[in-house]
Amino acid sequence: MFESQILTWLTFLPLAGAFALLLVKKENVKVIKAIAIATAGIEMLLSFALYASFDVGVTRMQFVINLPWVEQFGINYHLGIDGLSLLLIVMTTILTFLAILSSWRSVTKSVRGYYFSMLFLLTGMIGVFVALDLFVFYVFWEVMLVPMYFLIGIWGGLKRIYASIKFVLFTMFGSLLMLVALLYIYFAYYTQTGVHTFDLIALYSLNLPFGAQSWVYLAFALAFAIKVPIWPLHTWLPDAHVQAPTAGSVILAGVLLKMGTYGFLRICLPMFPEASIHYAPLMVGLALIGIVYGAFVAMVQKDIKSLVAFSSVSHMGFVMLGIFALNTQGMQGAVLQMLNHGITTGALFLIVGMIYERRHTRMISDFGGIAKVMPVFSAFFLIATLSSIGLPLTNGFVGEFMILLGAFKANWIYGTIAATGVILAAIYMLWMFQRVIWGKITHKENENLKDLTGLEKAVLIPLVVLIFWIGLAPNAMFKRMEPAVANILHIVRQADNAPEFFSAQDGEEEFNQDLANTPVDQQLNQSQENEHQSETLTQ
Amino acid sequence: MQTVLPLIALLPLAGFIINILLVGKLSKKVAAIIGCGTVFVAFLLAIKVFFDLSALPADSRVISDTLYNWMTVGGFSVDFTFLLDPLSAIMILVVTGVGFLIHIYSIGYMAYDEGFGRFFAYLNLFMFSMLVLVLGSNFLMMFVGWEGVGLCSYLLIGFWFDRDSATEAGKKAFVVNRIGDFGFLLGMFIIYWNIGSLDFQTISALAPTTFVIGGTVITTATLLLFLGATGKSAQIPLFVWLPDAMEGPTPVSALIHAATMVTAGVYMLARTSTLFVMAPTTLMIVAIIGAATALMAATIGLFQNDIKRVLAYSTVSQLGYMFMACGVAAFGAGIFHLMTHAFFKALLFMGAGSVIHGMSDEQDMRKMGGLKKYMPITFMTMLIATLAISGLPGISGFFSKDEILWQTFSSDYGHPALWFVGMLTALLTTFYMFRLIFLTFFGKERMDEKTKAHLHESPKSMTTPLIVLAILSVIGGWIGIPKLFFGATNYFEHWLEPVFASSHRVMQTVAQQAEVPHDTSIEWGLMAITTILSLGAFGLAVRFYLKKPESVARPRESFSGVHRLIYNKYFVDEIYHKLVIRPLHLFSIFLWKIVDVLIIDGLINGGAFLVGGISRVVRLAQSGRLTSYVTVFTVGVALVAGTMVLLSYGFDYPLFGANN
Repeated sequence: MFESQILTWLTFLPLAGAFALLLVKKENVKVIKAIAIATAGIEMLLSFALYASFDVGVTRMQFVINLPWVEQFGINYHLGIDGLSLLLIVMTTILTFLAILSSWRSVTKSVRGYYFSMLFLLTGMIGVFVALDLFVFYVFWEVMLVPMYFLIGIWGGLKRIYASIKFVLFTMFGSLLMLVALLYIYFAYYTQTGVHTFDLIALYSLNLPFGAQSWVYLAFALAFAIKVPIWPLHTWLPDAHVQAPTAGSVILAGVLLKMGTYGFLRICLPMFPEASIHYAPLMVGLALIGIVYGAFVAMVQKDIKSLVAFSSVSHMGFVMLGIFALNTQGMQGAVLQMLNHGITTGALFLIVGMIYERRHTRMISDFGGIAKVMPVFSAFFLIATLSSIGLPLTNGFVGEFMILLGAFKANWIYGTIAATGVILAAIYMLWMFQRVIWGKITHKENENLKDLTGLEKAVLIPLVVLIFWIGLAPNAMFKRMEPAVANILHIVRQADNAPEFFSAQDGEEEFNQDLANTPVDQQLNQSQENEHQSETLTQ
Repeated sequence: MQTVLPLIALLPLAGFIINILLVGKLSKKVAAIIGCGTVFVAFLLAIKVFFDLSALPADSRVISDTLYNWMTVGGFSVDFTFLLDPLSAIMILVVTGVGFLIHIYSIGYMAYDEGFGRFFAYLNLFMFSMLVLVLGSNFLMMFVGWEGVGLCSYLLIGFWFDRDSATEAGKKAFVVNRIGDFGFLLGMFIIYWNIGSLDFQTISALAPTTFVIGGTVITTATLLLFLGATGKSAQIPLFVWLPDAMEGPTPVSALIHAATMVTAGVYMLARTSTLFVMAPTTLMIVAIIGAATALMAATIGLFQNDIKRVLAYSTVSQLGYMFMACGVAAFGAGIFHLMTHAFFKALLFMGAGSVIHGMSDEQDMRKMGGLKKYMPITFMTMLIATLAISGLPGISGFFSKDEILWQTFSSDYGHPALWFVGMLTALLTTFYMFRLIFLTFFGKERMDEKTKAHLHESPKSMTTPLIVLAILSVIGGWIGIPKLFFGATNYFEHWLEPVFASSHRVMQTVAQQAEVPHDTSIEWGLMAITTILSLGAFGLAVRFYLKKPESVARPRESFSGVHRLIYNKYFVDEIYHKLVIRPLHLFSIFLWKIVDVLIIDGLINGGAFLVGGISRVVRLAQSGRLTSYVTVFTVGVALVAGTMVLLSYGFDYPLFGANN
């Protein structure tokens, strides 16, 4: 019962909550907020139950439900999760709950519509993470777009219309390409097997010639790349982030960007492994540009929010790099960094939102000396900043380290270029922090700012706990994602028919070129054996 | 956790957590008790484990203790493991011992500061990080401590966060250190992907069979690690942050920017000595950088007027000395000097702090003078430290400095030129240190009346640590008295032998000739030269700053160009600003305003504009004239047919690499 029902509950509970809101009178703000918080809270607890009953170390999909939906087209209501989806789901419910909590005071305009959008969005996001049927996936993918459009367009800042339209156009453009590619796969599979199906797992076995695979891969990749966003498709992001309300930014950065990288992991890599390998250098190249470019541009931003937005471009570049390093360390690091980015950037956006509510400005130059009047706020800000620059014992370090380790293995040039991002991150984050928090108070308006309220602390504390928990004991995450990642890598490697690529991948040999006759040590053998075991386990 | 080893690091962490969570709620007394108490217990435990360790037979002096597995990804696995061996044992004694004294000193120094509790919290966090750095059994744990001390340094330099100069210095320290950390990370990756482990003991054991001596891989890896060391230990080219770091409270300068953190680079080289001896090119670069830094910083120290800045450059210079030792593969000598330096430099800084305290926060030596009668204890202890750093025969600095100078001359990796630079630096050190003493404690009283009225010796909590360190500065070197004297064993070297056994074996395979017997006459000779010339430098300092203080201006005029260059610290900061920071800033603005806004967004918005334009044109086509429709239809059919023909040949354009 629990096994097969919980994903349905998780997906549609927020929607039910959203419609429950419609039964309440518009003016009845307190009840509306209570319902929204209760729904998001129960949703979060449900996801914890999911986490607790998840079977660690198993590759197959869990909590599967597979019912025919539109039989003549082979569309099934097919849901299921592996470790990758599990972690993203838990992160999504936590972030949404905190985002809704943080809106308690800050949102006063059409409250019912706002919470309706938030809950509706939650259903869309969970749906994407649990869908195992491409059609269902696509439906949820599109469902997410609508509430986000309203969140930016109605509750956003001054240039919200421009930002929301830009956001929608970019995303729609990607979605349409994806739709075409999706239908192409559907028919190609029918041609090969005589079966109409959108089933993701079945479609993994589709064997397209390389030429066709290339096109379809690129169509999907473009759709996902816009979401991530990969340079140079990122320009919608700063506008959307700056204009979106705090909760919108949190969800946008925390979850929606992950849809892109999730798409790569769930669809692009396993479905088009040859094309993935073929285009990996391209993706890595763009990721590296994103890392450095995002950092440089972040450095000169004047608005704290757009600084954080550009830092996202840089951090998501790290995630892409980790994925396309196509090895265990890189990919697990990437998945962890997806979570980390959600937690840390979520915290940063919440923090910026808190100061914005007090001062109605986000310009760095309007602040300075905040530490004096808001010490608790400053402490939270410092922790989030340190996590963002990847200080050891915070979450950011573990993810970045693994990605760099993996990237360095794939090609030392990748690792070296990406590692400069570590320096740049320290520059732009600490410089911003210095100008906002340290120094003397230079603006009169800042002299009487109130420190954080109990509610605001309650919103930030869980994120701080997560920052240190993942930083100190990341194995809880690694253990859960390991089979899923191993499975993806296994599919990619099996399909690999470009041996020169992987010789560099596995390649200690390449590294040891000038060590021709030295005995290979035991440690190395062991480590390779371990990797091998984890892969065979998943077959 | 089977031993008390992890507690040594974890106790200060507990102190940090309590003090930071209850900041403002605890009385100063309780905060101080927590801050100092945890470190004191850690010090006692350090003594205990030191004796535990020495009770073991020499070649098995290793105690390790694993807390838990930190992360495992594929074949990569790292534990939180603490490792005690003769090297880390010395380090934890120095760190907790000197650290404890500085904690005590801070009670007096920070007594009237509002941020008292926060200060002790940060100090404790620093102790934790530093202890993790030295006790970590693998590169990653060392890196945790490495970045952790960097964070504490950032927080403590910028402790008085309403001073812009302080926060600027803090940020500079962090960023410059990050540049070093970049090297550390990459070096670590190369080591890992070759050896398959980050564990120091495994690395020492496997490196000799994994790497080719002098090969590209090991040379690159060690150079990258050394880049990390230059960041943390303020060597050329990354030394620029340390003088600015003096913006922090003086106990911080004593603890972090003199005695402990800045020596982390030297410790790292000693810890990974096996790797470094396999890369002679790297060693040579280490020695040259160390010598160059030692000399350059000493010259800058000659003309500084801020008492703390003189000491800061002196620290940079002395660190250069330690690297010189490492560069000639005399790691033991480097660590020996690290220890004695920790004693006398911490003492000098705390003495300077005492002076600043008495002088109502004045740091300019031109406004001091004649303080010895007001602050006798500070004067005496600082004088002892000055004698120690100048290498007065018989006290600590003499032995460690002599050891390094001898090694630079006699080691297989050494060179007389290195010895000469080292000797020259020693003379300059004597000169600028006595200049400091004379300007501060002797001569006319140049302070204003108000300051003069306030002049007082510092409280007991401050002078007691000074006295303890003064004693250590005298006798601390006796455990490393070279064989030369009395023919006794050099206990220090002997104690460290097992740590460097592996690198020693590598060196033996490198060395072509058999070990030359120790030529004592040369060692005596060199020692005599340095000592006599140092006396000369002392004489010069007496002449310029004690006898005729008014003649100070004279040499300045005669070397005005050189003086200007040195006085402005060779304009390194300005050069970095012009050549690195400014261009990068402009480049960032270019990326943002031109590439992002103008080009990328321009193209996209242009695209939108284009769609609008096309639809306007298309509207014209809706003319209702049948002929034009037919024309369009025909062209359309032709296009579609053509496309289908093309398609039937497939998409195998060479562009995508024909796979089938």
